[in-house]
Amino acid sequence: MNDAPSCPPNPRVGLFVTCLVDVFRPTVGFAAVKLLEDAGCTVEVPATQTCCGQPAYNSGDRADARELARQVIAAFEDFDYVVVPSGSCGGTLKQHYPPLFDGDPAWQARAERLSAKTFELVSFLTDVLGVERVTARYPGAVTYHDSCSGLRELGIKSQPRRLLATVADLDLREMAESEVCCGFGGTFCIKFPELSNRMVSEKVAHIQATEADTLLAGDLGCLLNMAGKLQRDGSAIQVRHVAEVLAGLTDAPAIGEPDRGDPPCK
Amino acid sequence: MQVTSQTFKSNASAALRDAALQRALKNLKAGFPGKRAAAIAKLPEFDALRAAGRDLKDHTLEHLDFYLERFEAKVIEQGGQVHWARDAAEARHIVLDICRAVAARRVTKGKSMISEEIGLNEFLETHGIQPVETDLGEYIIQLRHEYPSHIIAPAIHLNRDQVADAFHAHHGPYGFTERNEEPRALMNEARQVLRQQFLSADVGITGANFCVAETGATVIVTNEGNGDLTQTLPRVHIVLASLEKMVPTLEDVSTLLRLLIRSATGQEITVYTTFSSGPRRPDDLDGPEQFHVVLLDNGRSGMLGGEFQDMLRCIRCSACMNHCPVYGAIGGHAYGWVYPGPMGSVLTPQLIGIDAAGQLPNASTFCGRCEEVCPVHIPLPKMMRHWREREFEQHRSPAAIRFGLGAWAFFAKRPALYRIATRFGAWLLRRLGGREGRIKHLLLAGGWTAWRDLPTPQGQTFQQQWAARRGARS
Repeated sequence: MNDAPSCPPNPRVGLFVTCLVDVFRPTVGFAAVKLLEDAGCTVEVPATQTCCGQPAYNSGDRADARELARQVIAAFEDFDYVVVPSGSCGGTLKQHYPPLFDGDPAWQARAERLSAKTFELVSFLTDVLGVERVTARYPGAVTYHDSCSGLRELGIKSQPRRLLATVADLDLREMAESEVCCGFGGTFCIKFPELSNRMVSEKVAHIQATEADTLLAGDLGCLLNMAGKLQRDGSAIQVRHVAEVLAGLTDAPAIGEPDRGDPPCK
Repeated sequence: MQVTSQTFKSNASAALRDAALQRALKNLKAGFPGKRAAAIAKLPEFDALRAAGRDLKDHTLEHLDFYLERFEAKVIEQGGQVHWARDAAEARHIVLDICRAVAARRVTKGKSMISEEIGLNEFLETHGIQPVETDLGEYIIQLRHEYPSHIIAPAIHLNRDQVADAFHAHHGPYGFTERNEEPRALMNEARQVLRQQFLSADVGITGANFCVAETGATVIVTNEGNGDLTQTLPRVHIVLASLEKMVPTLEDVSTLLRLLIRSATGQEITVYTTFSSGPRRPDDLDGPEQFHVVLLDNGRSGMLGGEFQDMLRCIRCSACMNHCPVYGAIGGHAYGWVYPGPMGSVLTPQLIGIDAAGQLPNASTFCGRCEEVCPVHIPLPKMMRHWREREFEQHRSPAAIRFGLGAWAFFAKRPALYRIATRFGAWLLRRLGGREGRIKHLLLAGGWTAWRDLPTPQGQTFQQQWAARRGARS
């Protein structure tokens, strides 16, 4: 609880949904809202958010990355906190926005202010709000993959495990090499599909060796990659974002699983 | 050597299908990372040492001209000579001239990546001088006409049976007619063959892990003792070093050695740490008559003061490649030139140009493991990103990627349009996936669906559902 003294009792939190959660897995967004509201936050979701700009930034396109960063900063700078259900997008806002504005002191100062109040969802709950337990129940054996940016840019390692330990009936089984990249890497998986496939194949072997029935992680990009590989291999392991389990929102089919109810689009 | 970095992607494909290589790479992954971790766990001050190592390398780079001149003066004071080489061709000719001046026919060599960088062996051979690698790994790949696939374990891509084959093919003339596959026997065989070479060499060439400005000494760390025989037995000792090998004092060498060895092999110290200070003095029992240091620039001075300066802190420990999931999948040869792995992906475009090496800094997920283990805190992902920026600015990125990014950025910068586009995209993908919840083949995403399913969106976008929920609440 390092930041506790400056944390208002009912902080106004801006939720940066992330483009992948917005399109592929809204349940993660609602799980984030629930966890934050349960912890006493007022949550708002600015409609002018799109993407943090990481695809442009990591492709060497600084101009577009800066323009998207300005858009995010303008949309979120009035909140007490900015919370992101992704270590990768969170890392972009927190670690990469300030140096993106080298030579532009006005925007750099705004980027630094945003950076200081931006947190990945699970670490925000534990490290800032001091949440020590959740009320959810999840019967089953789960294994947790440490997504690279969350782990190495934001120091997220024990936080999700601490909260998962308080989920009723949940049995956490560590996989071998949980800190090794799953091979997603944003545009990497498109530019070097064979390499990406090799990396995710090794990851999936480690996941299956745990005999867990559910795989969790904190980043939807990695989760889509690992889920797609598990399912192509015919595995029955369910794949979910860690926020879904912590919030108890596990009624929806897991990532890439068939609908159990009526197909809404046909 | 032939540069093949241009075809990195197809090199990587071939490497993934090379069963022998894949067998050998398993040993690498099982070996280096665990040994490093164990060594560091026993050294509580490792993080403080890393900071000290970074700072002392930064200090040296900030005052590199001063330390280079100081080093040169000290070498001369001890009776040695310093030769300045602007590029690979100059370095090769300097070495050739020194060899010719003593009518050298055979040159023994300790392990040196600078020698690989300047393509010295081929050059000497074409001028009638026989170079003999004496590091066991280097010796093996020399027999096989290969180049190193790793900066400290040059033959890591090979298995024992391949070494046995190479020795069996070449050691007949030395009396070894039986094919041997037992490691100790293979080592003894190499030792006996190499001993004859050591004793008949006219010139010995080594690299340098450090050049000490304070004393004019060069330092090498080895585990086989071949470096010592290479540099003390022949009449002439030539040290090949690049500019950034400079360190101010012996005390600094000690700091960097503690970082280097643990990060490299996981040892606390190598079997041999050899300091070379000038030629044999009158009361020395042995040593060379001549001592030469060739200091190579080859593009490094151009990195000073720029966004790649931090790369010059590199002490060549190989921890970045030992922990890189991409290197671990394909080995070093796929990178197509001398320096593989993350450090190579930053250095190679500088040394041979972004035209040839542009794919290398792209071949990273930015997982950050390389930076995490770097003993001198080199921000390798950040510098790979700098190369991507240069590539993008110079319109060198592939057209399809540029087009895709451009289209995505067009919408991402226009939130209202973006919301419409994402609604449509989510609807379309979900329709394509049908009841299955995933897509098995998707046009324009073949790289993804060739290997894995694509999970489809759940339904409406989060923003759609959130807006509806807000509307319902108010």
